[in-house]
Amino acid sequence: MTALLLDRVGVTYPGAATPTLRDVTLAVPEGELCLVVGPTGSGKSTLLRAACGLVPHFTGGTLTGRVVVAGRDTRDHLPRDLADVVGVVGQDPAAGFVTGTVEDELAYAMEQLGVPPATMRTRVEQVLDLLGLASVRGRALADLSGGEQQRVAIGSVLTAGPRVLLLDEPTSALDPAAAEEVLAALTRLVHDLGLTVVVAEHRLERVVQYADHVVVVRPDGTVVDGDPERMLADVAGAPPIVELGRWAGWVPLPLSVRDARRRAAGLRADLGHLAPPAPEDAPAVAATLLRARGVHVHHGSGPVGRPLWRTARPGAVVHAVRGVDLEVGAGEVVAVMGRNGAGKSSLLWALSGAGRRSAGAVAVAADAGGISPGAPDGTAAGEAVLDPAAVAPDEARRHVALVPHDPAALLFRERVADELADADADARPGAAAAVLAEPAALAVQLAARPRVLLLDEPTRGLDYPAKRRLTALLRRHAADGGAVVVSSHDVEFVAETADRVVVLAGGEVVADGPAARVLTASPTFAPQVARVLHPVPVLTVDALRRALGAAS
Amino acid sequence: MNGLHPLAWWAWAMALALAAARAPGVWAVTAVLAGVVLVVAVRAGEAPMARLFPAYLLLGVAIVVARVLFHVLVGIKPPGPVLLDLPTVRGPDWAVGVHLLGPVTTTGLATAAAAGFQLATLVVCFGAASALADPRRALRAVPGAVHRLGTAVVIAVSVTPQIATAAATVRRAQRLRGRPERGWRAVRATAMPVFTDALDRSLALAASMDARGFARSTGPRDRLTGPVLAGALVALALGAYGLLAGPAGVGSVVALLAGTAAATAALVLAGRRVHRTRYRPDRWGGPETRVAASGALAAVLALLGPRLGDERAGLVALLVLAAAAAPALGGLTAAPGAGPRLALPEAAR
Repeated sequence: MTALLLDRVGVTYPGAATPTLRDVTLAVPEGELCLVVGPTGSGKSTLLRAACGLVPHFTGGTLTGRVVVAGRDTRDHLPRDLADVVGVVGQDPAAGFVTGTVEDELAYAMEQLGVPPATMRTRVEQVLDLLGLASVRGRALADLSGGEQQRVAIGSVLTAGPRVLLLDEPTSALDPAAAEEVLAALTRLVHDLGLTVVVAEHRLERVVQYADHVVVVRPDGTVVDGDPERMLADVAGAPPIVELGRWAGWVPLPLSVRDARRRAAGLRADLGHLAPPAPEDAPAVAATLLRARGVHVHHGSGPVGRPLWRTARPGAVVHAVRGVDLEVGAGEVVAVMGRNGAGKSSLLWALSGAGRRSAGAVAVAADAGGISPGAPDGTAAGEAVLDPAAVAPDEARRHVALVPHDPAALLFRERVADELADADADARPGAAAAVLAEPAALAVQLAARPRVLLLDEPTRGLDYPAKRRLTALLRRHAADGGAVVVSSHDVEFVAETADRVVVLAGGEVVADGPAARVLTASPTFAPQVARVLHPVPVLTVDALRRALGAAS
Repeated sequence: MNGLHPLAWWAWAMALALAAARAPGVWAVTAVLAGVVLVVAVRAGEAPMARLFPAYLLLGVAIVVARVLFHVLVGIKPPGPVLLDLPTVRGPDWAVGVHLLGPVTTTGLATAAAAGFQLATLVVCFGAASALADPRRALRAVPGAVHRLGTAVVIAVSVTPQIATAAATVRRAQRLRGRPERGWRAVRATAMPVFTDALDRSLALAASMDARGFARSTGPRDRLTGPVLAGALVALALGAYGLLAGPAGVGSVVALLAGTAAATAALVLAGRRVHRTRYRPDRWGGPETRVAASGALAAVLALLGPRLGDERAGLVALLVLAAAAAPALGGLTAAPGAGPRLALPEAAR
């Protein structure tokens, strides 16, 4: 039986010159986990929204062809009339919450459908158990972690008893451990309840091993679909494990670390044969550009970054960053990792001078030279340093610039071109043009030519080619004598980009060292290639190529 | 969060608001205020809305100050011992009788302060209701017919803090761009992303609600409900005004009762079209009745107070205080089965 059927579907949004989806014919059988992949902006979300009737009933636009979900045609069923057969979870789960607490949220859809109270009680209990939410059942939704919120969002559509579940980037905001949690819950739903799950996701490395079926949305809005092995053989952005498989010529391609590891025995032997690849030495740091000493950040006495009513509670002060020391040299790309809420953003904001800093000192090199490394505190005589929090914002951003987690907050002109023109007026002309292809917020911040660049979770929603461009840009910034500090959950991106990794937990630095060493130290933070090749400390396919190339 | 039915707290608070409005003197109003503050302090606990209660108290102070300032500025000055002899500024000919400033007397000042105090207490009663009973939970108790309205209010309640948060985030981000944080340019630069953000959030929320079956259509539309509901609201408003501000005659009571009856009829009519159920509805039991009754008792005492004569004003005030503050006693309301939520240890956080 077909759970979801799209028959020659085309979608054109109002005011758009070209259709977002064209001639999509697709049948998803019941009980499958179907993965929708494609470049950023190719229409993955549109495909999901068309499958639940939100396109075109909610968004407007023209839909041609036929969409049938669980036997109901979206032409004569509104989204609300499909609520009992199809559940949809958007990109930001918190944005879809209607009520205040976990239990109420789980019951909301059932209340709308008029499910009898006794049935509601049982279903809520079942879903609490199924998704491992029983321990947070009475909590306020705003107090939950990202992974918990995502699971509540899934549970809130699951209680209505749908046959099809549509998820838009369910793991993009989550740290690796929380993502595992959510994916484990999803596979349980597919295997234990026979649910049909359609997932759109950029981070293929997390999901692809669970997929039964892959749908590739091409930039022109057409789709192809088939077995994961076949579809991934030639898709442009592939997870590292597939790249490794392609490079090694393995057929069929391995999709999970387990498959790849079984095949890689020979490769590991070859590599072991070589001198054990020395962990790449920390690059010789010419000069320190940014130094933080004993930085503490307390949140809670102001409305920044949390709901207003939560700040009024006395004693609700969060000690987000606890005495962090950090030195970043010219030419270095440092990644800050750690689970959701570990204090990564607070640290970056404190370093930028724009955020709260309760204690400690931050110094940024103010002239062409740097701060002499290792000077205890204060500086050697004659060095020009400044504290970004102590100078005017305009001055600070010429030395250290932060691209926040939500870059839209940085932009307020109607068009990207206006933003860049405005950014130009702020600083030297011409700087922005070179990076037009990159996200506008980054371009705006780069326009002031800061030497120290801080980025908070820059890879959310980026596909593999865009991530590669970002990596190239950051590496170039470092090569030109700048320094980059980037916080990320994206292990693969960090493996490609960073020289050094700092791991935060509970606001403290728990690990600080070369990327190859820190990333291979624990399985959670290890990139796929490192898991396959363990104990050989190689992080990426490129590094593997280089290692073998140097050896031969 | 305490486990009582939210409407019990609203009934208690509304009765106290009536008591404050009709109280026979400053002492009785003070008694109401003291009772309200005491109960909130003891019972509200760590509920998110309870943290806003101090803001209501500050609002009350602001109301008293504003009332007194208005009295000094434009109020009619009664004779009495002059406290501050300000010159009277007569208005132009077309505004006969409007005087600005004028001699400030102790009597006038005391009357103005008392009136402000009464109004402030009324406001604090509302604050207490929202502190003790989460408005979201109170709205869960509304009949199915007005449930869409209830949902709209719930969203409005949660959106206001979100907008404040978004504004703070944007202001912080502006600093990253080195913007001067003052002036019209800064306002524009803040307002644009904040409203875009609010709009995006509302759209995401609306999409989520639509996809989860909100406002599923059931049955045909009927034309009777609207007019009946409108009539009921008018009658309710007139009755409430009569009770709070005008002479508390039979007319206002009749209007109130008629309004209530019409509203109930309209809700039943409209409720037929809506097929929805409620998850774990709050139950009304003995403790709820006792809380509501204590409020009602305070109101009755305040209404009857003037008949007992001025010499017993102190006694009336004491009785009002005792009645109003009764819910602060744990034994009165923490009976077993006080509400479904009390049974859950997680919910008690």
